[in-house]
Amino acid sequence: MAIDKFLIEASHIMMFARSIGDDNPVYHDEEYKSESGCEGIIAPPTFAQSSAQFDPDYFLRPKTGGVGWFGSGKEPTGLKPSGSGGSGGGGAAAGLHAEQHFEYHLPLKAGDVLSATTKPGNSWEKESKRAGKLKFSESVTEYRNQDGDLVITATGVGVQTERPVDS
Amino acid sequence: MLKASEIKVGDTHTEVLVEDLKRTQIVQYAGASGDYNPLHTDEIFTTKLAGYPTVFAHGMLTMGMTGRMVTNYVGDGTLKKYGVRFTSQVWPGDTLTSVATISDIREEDGESLVDLQIETTNQDGLAVITGSATARINS
Repeated sequence: MAIDKFLIEASHIMMFARSIGDDNPVYHDEEYKSESGCEGIIAPPTFAQSSAQFDPDYFLRPKTGGVGWFGSGKEPTGLKPSGSGGSGGGGAAAGLHAEQHFEYHLPLKAGDVLSATTKPGNSWEKESKRAGKLKFSESVTEYRNQDGDLVITATGVGVQTERPVDS
Repeated sequence: MLKASEIKVGDTHTEVLVEDLKRTQIVQYAGASGDYNPLHTDEIFTTKLAGYPTVFAHGMLTMGMTGRMVTNYVGDGTLKKYGVRFTSQVWPGDTLTSVATISDIREEDGESLVDLQIETTNQDGLAVITGSATARINS
């Protein structure tokens, strides 16, 4: 995955914070000054994951132009997704999300413009009782700001299961 | 922002993240994050094709809600690291509680830091996320 422009926008941060049930004013009120010294709107710790919105090849988003989608319409499934595509902040690929780690190098603020590049990391296999053979794969995404400075390093681990996970 | 003189190893901070998680909140997260995997929002696909009892939450929704507990405790913009493992799925109707426990208070490169162990559990006491975080504190 490579993302040229990940615009950090106040309204996107507000919607993202709402979706995780966080009404902290530091995510929607530009006049707010937090006790820890933050001024202006900042992004919540897991916001980098929404870079998927800016990944042109992100495969977990329905596309226009006659490209099939694997969710249900008239039938329980449409088309299978084509290719492995990217994975937003790194990780889930075509399977389930097993782990996610963030390292924060600089504050992420509304108005920043990030770019991101992802490299594959380790991969390994494991047997499990709840889902059969598990295939894990790691990806590391570096987010840099408009000055080229490293802002966030995100490491995701995705897992392909042999069968649905027993609950 | 936490102050080194006011905290000690073993201190905990607990928050209820969500009660009776609604499918609509999962839809909200799909829209905001851009992850439209039908496993999270498409009941027909998920039950008839994928073989799960119902849709389930994005792991990143639970990590996001857990992050809210962490930032409420350590303060805005103080995190250096935050990482989790997704240990069980989160289903509509779940009530989640998250606990941060101070595991270390230390100095590194002239900064005062706190290390936290994190666990989010559902209404049955099953861990859905385990993880850790490191934040800056006042010395």
